[in-house]
Amino acid sequence: MSGSVDLGTSADGHQPSAPAPAGADGEHPGRGGRGADAGGGTAAAAARQVVWLVVGREVSTRLRSKAFRIMTPLLVVLLAAGISVTALFGGSSPSSIGFLPADARAAAALSATGQAAGVDVRAVTVADAADGQRQVRDGSLDAAVTASGPDGFRVVVRRSLDDRTRGLLAAVARQQALDAQIVALGGDMAGVDAAVAAADIDVVALEKPRERDNARIGLGAVTGILIYLSLLTFGPVVAQGVVEEKSSRVVEILLGTVRPWQLMSGKVIGIGAIGLIQLALYAAVGVPLAVATGVLSLSVVTALASAGWSLVWYLLGFALYALLFAAAGSLVSRQEDAPAVTMPLMMMIIIPYVVGISVLPGDPSSGLLRVLSLVPLSAPLIMPMLIAAGSAAAWQIALGVALTVVTIVGLVPLTGRIYAGAVKRTGTRVRVVDALRSG
Amino acid sequence: MRDGALAIDGLSKRYGDIVALRGMTFDVRAGELFGFVGSNGAGKTTTMRIVLGVLTADAGEVRYDGAPLTLATRRRIGYMPEERGLYPKMRVGEQLEYLARLHGMSAAAARRATREWAERLGIAVRLGDEVQALSLGNQQRAQLAAALVHDPAVLVLDEPFSGLDPVAVDVMSDVLRERRAAGVPVVFSSHQLDLVERLCDWVGIVSGGEMVAVGAVDELRAGGGTALVVDAPDAGDGWADGLPEVVAARREAGRTVLTLAAGADDQRVLRAALATGPVHEFARRRPTLTELFREVVSSGPPPGRPATGAGEDAAGRRSGWELRFVGGSLRVRRKGGQR
Repeated sequence: MSGSVDLGTSADGHQPSAPAPAGADGEHPGRGGRGADAGGGTAAAAARQVVWLVVGREVSTRLRSKAFRIMTPLLVVLLAAGISVTALFGGSSPSSIGFLPADARAAAALSATGQAAGVDVRAVTVADAADGQRQVRDGSLDAAVTASGPDGFRVVVRRSLDDRTRGLLAAVARQQALDAQIVALGGDMAGVDAAVAAADIDVVALEKPRERDNARIGLGAVTGILIYLSLLTFGPVVAQGVVEEKSSRVVEILLGTVRPWQLMSGKVIGIGAIGLIQLALYAAVGVPLAVATGVLSLSVVTALASAGWSLVWYLLGFALYALLFAAAGSLVSRQEDAPAVTMPLMMMIIIPYVVGISVLPGDPSSGLLRVLSLVPLSAPLIMPMLIAAGSAAAWQIALGVALTVVTIVGLVPLTGRIYAGAVKRTGTRVRVVDALRSG
Repeated sequence: MRDGALAIDGLSKRYGDIVALRGMTFDVRAGELFGFVGSNGAGKTTTMRIVLGVLTADAGEVRYDGAPLTLATRRRIGYMPEERGLYPKMRVGEQLEYLARLHGMSAAAARRATREWAERLGIAVRLGDEVQALSLGNQQRAQLAAALVHDPAVLVLDEPFSGLDPVAVDVMSDVLRERRAAGVPVVFSSHQLDLVERLCDWVGIVSGGEMVAVGAVDELRAGGGTALVVDAPDAGDGWADGLPEVVAARREAGRTVLTLAAGADDQRVLRAALATGPVHEFARRRPTLTELFREVVSSGPPPGRPATGAGEDAAGRRSGWELRFVGGSLRVRRKGGQR
């Protein structure tokens, strides 16, 4: 039968030992596409193409999934809203105090005292008492000193005077009273002022001061949360995707044409790309907004460098955990069995994160964190926090990256073997040992 | 030998203590529709899964076109698994295109083939729907489209007819016949034996993990002994039990259906029937595939036989079977070309 001869030869037409007779493809125009593909590249290129097809499916189906389409913009909006709200209400805006033109000396004293005490106050000159009162009423001043005398100030406020401003004003009033007494006693005001200004304190620290930069620690915490959430979201998605293929038996059709490693790597790369897109989106919205609104009092360069490192560590962490989640998912055949195998991995993500986020704000250079930032399974969670907080040395980062990369390289054949051994077996849960043996 | 045939040669598989296959051997030639029948657990699905590489055999091999199957040749098989498998949340059209591309088709060819098969199988309007939104019958059609979309050189279908309405059965039958005409070896399993009888050129009956009878449908029926249908209303149950000519007897709609031993004298049976009273009908009948199947399966494999590799000859061990049986019979079949 001529049909059978044609079918046979085009099946292995790209093997050198079996030359296809001329016209074999020509008889079936429908087969032209395949002939061109199979003949066009080497086996390795064809294998890569299969992986990209799997990646393409993962990315396109997930980008269009409701979960992604709704959650991602929602989280971006929430992030932007959070930063804006912090910028609007979180920062302490300076309080403005109005002074009469006659009280210029008191106004200068208030500014100086405020500066010394680390309280941000602004002294504003008002035309007269009525003007001051009007400005307090319409909210452009927090308080106005409408009369002053040796016995102190009369301060007009809308409802109440906050304690810090009250303290400052009281100090200035006492200073005024003191000045008046010194003048009354015939003292040299200029000399007193100079002596007072010269008096300062000399601090002797018994231990080296801790370097604390709240803005960077905050950045570290946010970075940590984002990586943690991404790993905790997309790791189980990998396992779930593997179980979905097993439970729906698609895997049986796929494995007729795709090797297990192609299916596994395509899934890991595809889902990792989705997570990366999401994280990059957060960084692209969050970092410029936070710097622009002054929520992050860091240079854009520092913030972007930190965001860049976060993406690197997300990728490392994802690769590490996605391999483990894929292997874990391949052991079970039903979605309801998945939590049993993914829970230990989730604990491996949650515990370092909780330790990190608890220790970091108090002690960014803690020894415990330094160790955890080098241990491969916790490094992706801890190291980016330390980098963002500015407490990771270059050698530490390099060592952490190297150890994690080595671990990933070691996990590829191990998890690949478990996956290949387990993914074809449906029914009961497959033991890791059995999977390794048959993989 | 380059013949475009699918050869299953001496497959053995065991799961722990359970022997699933013992030397399963048969071949499906190019342009042949092969019906694969057997009771549940006989080894049909295991055989098919080994052909597709989903399972690995302990022994034996599968050849296509004279060469052992590789991933490259497996890509040319269209497979419909027993437990249907498609992504539930993926659109039918995208899924078919994806599968076609995985099998090596270009994007344009995949799109074209998806369109063509969807129209042929009557699911063109559902291409934009998710698989889980389809009725079971339409899911089945989508599954068949998935097996066919990459223009396979071999078709392996596990229970393709189960759950189909009569119209869909006709569509499916037409498609299988058409593939056969295109020179594709087609093997499918089914419990609908009347369908197998009508559709197939060759039938293989499996029992206990091995092929117990294989041959052209007509030859199997002709060689499967003779059935006698006797309508003797006054005869009680078991009237024919003592007759040496009778191998098996059962009641069917008030009549007795007897299976006779080879070369038996039916006139003695008639006399025995007349002895019970009037006989309204006495007819010879070739057994249906269902009857053959029932007899083969009920005789079962000999107990205590160990799982063995290829080549063990089971010929002659089954009652009433004069045909080419397993093992050597296949070689006879190939050389002799009984068609």
